[in-house]
Amino acid sequence: MKNLFYWMSMAFFVAGMVGCSATAPVEEGGKPMPSGQGVADQLEGRGMVRDDAARGKALDEGSLLSRTTIYFGYDSSEIAPEFRELLRAHGKYLASHPEIRITIEGHTDERGSREYNLALGERRAYAVRQLLMLQGVAPNQLEVISYGEERPVAYEHDESAWRLNRRAVLRYPGR
Amino acid sequence: MWRALLFSWCLFVMGNVHAVLTIEITQGVKGAMPIAIVPFGWGGQGAPPEDIAKIVGADLSRSGYFAPLPEADLPSRPHDATAVRFPDWRMVRVDNLVIGNLSLLGPDSYQIKFHLFDVYKGKSLAGYSFRTNRQGLRRVAHQISDIIYEKLTGRKGVFSTSIAYVTAIRKGGTVSYALSVADADGYNEQVILDAPQPLMSPAWSPDGKRLAYVSFETGRSAIYIQDVGTAKRTRVASFKGINSAPAWSPDGRKLAFTSSKNGNADIYVLDLGSRKVVRITTSGAIDTEAAWSPDGGSLVFTSDRGGSPQIYRVPIGPSGPVGRPKRVTYEGSYNARASFSPDGSRLVMVHRSGKRFQIAVLELDTGQLSIVSDTRLGESPTFAPNGDMVLYATEVGGRGVLEAASVDSRSHQRLGFARGDVREPAWSPMP
Repeated sequence: MKNLFYWMSMAFFVAGMVGCSATAPVEEGGKPMPSGQGVADQLEGRGMVRDDAARGKALDEGSLLSRTTIYFGYDSSEIAPEFRELLRAHGKYLASHPEIRITIEGHTDERGSREYNLALGERRAYAVRQLLMLQGVAPNQLEVISYGEERPVAYEHDESAWRLNRRAVLRYPGR
Repeated sequence: MWRALLFSWCLFVMGNVHAVLTIEITQGVKGAMPIAIVPFGWGGQGAPPEDIAKIVGADLSRSGYFAPLPEADLPSRPHDATAVRFPDWRMVRVDNLVIGNLSLLGPDSYQIKFHLFDVYKGKSLAGYSFRTNRQGLRRVAHQISDIIYEKLTGRKGVFSTSIAYVTAIRKGGTVSYALSVADADGYNEQVILDAPQPLMSPAWSPDGKRLAYVSFETGRSAIYIQDVGTAKRTRVASFKGINSAPAWSPDGRKLAFTSSKNGNADIYVLDLGSRKVVRITTSGAIDTEAAWSPDGGSLVFTSDRGGSPQIYRVPIGPSGPVGRPKRVTYEGSYNARASFSPDGSRLVMVHRSGKRFQIAVLELDTGQLSIVSDTRLGESPTFAPNGDMVLYATEVGGRGVLEAASVDSRSHQRLGFARGDVREPAWSPMP
């Protein structure tokens, strides 16, 4: 059932997309993968308390660190080239702050079996974790939790929602 | 007995017990047996407390095997055997006739009598008398449906069974979840657990007294077992990583489940008595959704070790797998969430056909796969305990609903619920 929240979210999303960089890879259907900074965070609809004490120093490293969502292609846990730069930035930051521990959440779209999706979401989160560890982040800084298809950010039953739900999210403390 | 306990517990919790909306969509009831079910006699004041004949008619038509005569076409309304004139019923071409009577014996004490007749032979096939209280009237109606079904098809009826399912309700920006149990016709919904975090994969114990399920209440997935009657619950699996897809062994002593504690999703078996855990799969792929064969000797499960999700089968013994898993599905690029029919001859599963996720039944001896649904986003199929129907979740008009289909796909019914998105049905064992 559509409600005010949904329409506001879509308005934010559209506004965010307009400001996006133009280098997004194209997936099935010819639509670019979402990459709007902070857009998906708004769509998640939870009050975000950014712990700037922990990341205040990092903010001057650029806006990359404020982007914490990695999107995936259908049925895939491969990390697209577009997100590798983002993960390099997070990896560098976390490697130089070994006291910071984050949770990597894995999510999928709704298609197919729920239990398989719970495992696929985990595989996506592990793929992100692997890339961060290659940057020198310690394993104990990176916890993985999968929610499968259980925590969508968009509820429509079509690709416009599915592409937003196929994601991994980096959760810093306080967020 | 446990139903009475369940009901009182839920009165405490819920305050109201509301019926669900059932929408019937019958597809091709060719070959369904014509039957006349006469509204039962009622000797009390006002309207009867329950319309027994209506409940029985809905049960029988839902099975896909019966076509009840519309009430307007009934030539007469006998309430006992002596009033039946068979020529009347042969004229309207019904094979069978059901008549009955409901009477009040005392405060909250009822007697229900019914007869089932073969119209062409002109004889009674069954006649029973029941005594119950107001609460038990629907249950008696379902028992009557079971007796009729068994007499006329030779197969056990499932009208006295229950279904468990998960409901997700969105209000503003938050979602709340409930695990509920209802009668197989969708009535008497009773909430077993209310939660602000996701719930998944309810699974009935073989004795019908407990439900295992996955809950995210600790922040990540963990498996719980809850006694349906007493609401007492225990957490049985919360290892590092995923804890999900609980499946009871046929003897009720073990739980197969999925854990990723060793790095990726694998199948394990937990002995509920000793708490000992035995590992079943060791591939680096995703192995999940285990289901037991009715003889307890093997598991089928979903694995993408071949590149995409398919169904595999592995024999198991007390110390683990016996030999290597063998692939079972060869049609289609995505097959998942398989479970056995009660007689072990078939599997029902989610099968992707083109871009649509359908529910399909695989005959294990011939390898023949038949699609029984007509869905785009079908999931979570469960067999009825007589093997004649499957219940699954799908999406209609943007909402999550449940659908029941006969295994031969002749009849389909939708259960629409009063609130939220309904999913993950689990059909109870025979009572």
